[in-house]
Amino acid sequence: MSSPGPAAARLSEDARTRRRHAADRRFRLYGLSAVVLALLALVALLGSIAFNGLSAFRHHQLELEVTLDRETLGLPDGPVDVSDLRGANYMGVIRERLRALHPEVSSRKEKRALYGLVSSVAGFELQQLVLADPALLGRSVRVALPLSDESGRYLKGDISRETEESRRKLNDRQLDWIDAWRDQGFVQSAWNTRFLTGGDSREPEVAGLGGALLGSLWTLLVTLALSFPLGVAAAVHLEEFAPRSRVTDFLEVNINNLAAVPSIVYGLLGLAVFLNFMGLPRSAPVVGGLVLALMTLPTIIIAARAALRAVPPSIREAALAVGASPLQVVVHHVLPLALPGILTGTIIGMARALGETAPLLMIGMVAFIADPPSGPLSPATALPVQIYLWAESPERAFQELTFGAILVLVAFLLVMNAVAIILRNRSEKSW
Amino acid sequence: MQADLGIDEDEEKEPVALAKVSARSLSVYYGDKQALFDVDLDIHANQVTSLIGPSGCGKSTFLRCVNRMNDVIEGCRVEGSIRMDGHEIHAPEVDVVSLRRRVGMVFQNPNPFPKSIFENVAYGPRIHGLSRTRSDLEELVVSSLERAGLFDEVKDRLGEPGTSLSGGQQQRLCIARAIAVGPEVILMDEPCSALDPIATARIEELIDELRATYAIVVVTHSMQQAARISQRTGFFHLGVLVEEGETSKIFTNPEDARTQDYITGRFG
Repeated sequence: MSSPGPAAARLSEDARTRRRHAADRRFRLYGLSAVVLALLALVALLGSIAFNGLSAFRHHQLELEVTLDRETLGLPDGPVDVSDLRGANYMGVIRERLRALHPEVSSRKEKRALYGLVSSVAGFELQQLVLADPALLGRSVRVALPLSDESGRYLKGDISRETEESRRKLNDRQLDWIDAWRDQGFVQSAWNTRFLTGGDSREPEVAGLGGALLGSLWTLLVTLALSFPLGVAAAVHLEEFAPRSRVTDFLEVNINNLAAVPSIVYGLLGLAVFLNFMGLPRSAPVVGGLVLALMTLPTIIIAARAALRAVPPSIREAALAVGASPLQVVVHHVLPLALPGILTGTIIGMARALGETAPLLMIGMVAFIADPPSGPLSPATALPVQIYLWAESPERAFQELTFGAILVLVAFLLVMNAVAIILRNRSEKSW
Repeated sequence: MQADLGIDEDEEKEPVALAKVSARSLSVYYGDKQALFDVDLDIHANQVTSLIGPSGCGKSTFLRCVNRMNDVIEGCRVEGSIRMDGHEIHAPEVDVVSLRRRVGMVFQNPNPFPKSIFENVAYGPRIHGLSRTRSDLEELVVSSLERAGLFDEVKDRLGEPGTSLSGGQQQRLCIARAIAVGPEVILMDEPCSALDPIATARIEELIDELRATYAIVVVTHSMQQAARISQRTGFFHLGVLVEEGETSKIFTNPEDARTQDYITGRFG
C-alpha cells in the first residue's frame, strides 16, 4: 500500500477496521448458523413424525357382500327384540362369507388364520347396521369391514414378504389371501375417520382419538375459564392497587417460584385436595382443568404483570387528570393496552397445559376409557396421555397411531395458537 | 359552574378571598425526603401564574398538589392546606374525582390516549356524564377542540388516532381534553418543553386566550416564556418559595438575591 494522505487513510479500510468488519461478519454467521440448526432440528422432528404418522389417517377395509342369514346369526324366525339383535352372531356371518371366498380352506388352524385377517371387532359394524335397520335381516348387504391390525400393516407396506416367515405375524398363506382380495378389488383404501372421532380401543385398527380430543378440549376450557380471569385479576391487583409491602414482595417471590414447580407436584396436590379431600370425580376433565389452572396461573400472572408494567405511566396520569377513578383508569386504558401481552402469556400457559401429561396421570386421567366424554364431569383422557398410553402398547400397529396422535396434538396446538394470535393482533390494532 | 366539593360553606374565610386557589404552609414529603417547605401561594382566576426555578426545586410537586395527583405516588405525604374557593381540598369529604374535574392538568410530554382524536376529548365528558345525547357530546368535543385551536387542523380526521398528530398538535389535543370537562383551574407542567419553537408559540398564544376563562398555572424552565405569558410568577429554590409577585416586578426588580441570581443566569 502506498502511503496515503491522512484524509484518505480515514476513508479507506485499515487493518483495524478490517478486523472489526471480520468480527461483524463472523458474529452474523454464528447467528445464522444457530437459526439454520434450529430449523433443521424442527424439520427433522416434524418430518419424522409426519413420515411415521400420516399413514394413520388412511386405512384399508375389506368390502364384501354378506348375507344376514337368520340361521347363521343364531336368531329365531319370527319377531326379534333389540337384545336379540345385539347378541346375534355377526362374526359367524362374516366367517361364512370368508369360507365361501376360500372353499379350499378346511383345517381348523387354517380357518383360524383366515378369520384372523379380519378385525375381531368387525362384527360390530354389522351389528350397528342391523340395529339401525332391522329390516336388513335375511337380506344381503355390502359392508366395509375393518381388517386386523396386522393385515393393515401388510397393506400399508409395513410388513414385507422378504421377512423370514417365522419373524412376522402373518404367514405366507395369509399374505396370499390378502393379495388375492386386493387383486379382486375387495380391499378399499379410505380415510380413517374413526381415528379422529372414535374412542380408544384395545384393537389398534379401531382405536380413535375422539375421546382424548374431547377430554383435552374440556380440560383446557376449564383451565382457561379459571386461570385467565384469576390471573389477570391477581396481576391487576398486584400491579395497580396493592401498595408495595413485605406481603406483596413475599407474594411476588412465591408466584415466581410456583411457576418453576415441577408439574407432577401439581398433580399430587390435585390428588390430595380435589380427589381425596373434596371428593371430585376421578379421571374427570374438570379436575384436570383445575390442576392445570393452578399450574398455568403463575405464568399468566407474571406475563400479565409485565404487560401492565409496560403501559406508559403517562396514560394513567392522563386518565387520572381528567377525573377517571382508579377502576376506570385500569378498565378503560391500562387493560386494553396490556391485553396483547396478557394474551401472549396466556397462549404460552395454555400451550404448556395442553402438552402436560404428568399431573393428569396423578388424577386418574390415564385410565383406559373407550367412550368419548359427554361433559367435564365424565371420565376422559387427554391427548398427551393418550399418546403415552398408545406408545407403551405392545401391538406394533399402535406405533403409527402414536405418531398420528402426535400430529393431531401439534395441529391442535397450532390451531389454538393461531386463534390466540388473531385475537392478539385484533386487540393490538386499536392502537 | 361551581361543582360542589361536598362540604358546607367554610366558617372562616381566608383574607385573600379573591384567590381561586390558595396554599398555606404547604409541605410535601416523599418518604423521608422533604420536597416542599412551608409554601404560601395564591393562584388567581383569569391570570396565568408561572412557577420557575431550577430542576428539582419543587415546582412540579406544588403543581401536582393542586389536583392531588401526588395521592397516587407511594410514600408521598402532604401537610398544610390548599383551599379552592375557600374549601380545603384535602378534607376527607372531598371526592378527588370531582376535584380533578375542576382542576385540569396538561403534562410535560403530550400524552394523548391511544384512541381516536374524538375519543380523546370525549372521554372526560363521558365518564362524568356531562352530555346526555350523542349530538351534545359532539358539540362539546368540537367546541373544546375549537377553544384549543386544533379544530381546523383535525376536523376531517376526528376518527384518526390522537397519536398520529404532531407533538404540538398532540399537546393542544391534551389541552382540549382538559378543557372538555369544564375545569376552573388548568395546571400545565412544562407544556412546551417537548415542542419546537413554532408549536411553543402556538401554545403560548393559546394559554393567553384561555386566561379569559380559567385560572392557569404553568411550570416552566424558560424564563422568557414565564415573562411572556404570565401575570404573576413564583420562584422556587430547593423546595422553598423564595419570591412571588407580579411577573414584571420579579423580572425587573426582584427582592431576593437568589431570584436575582437565577433570572440573570448565575445558576440553575
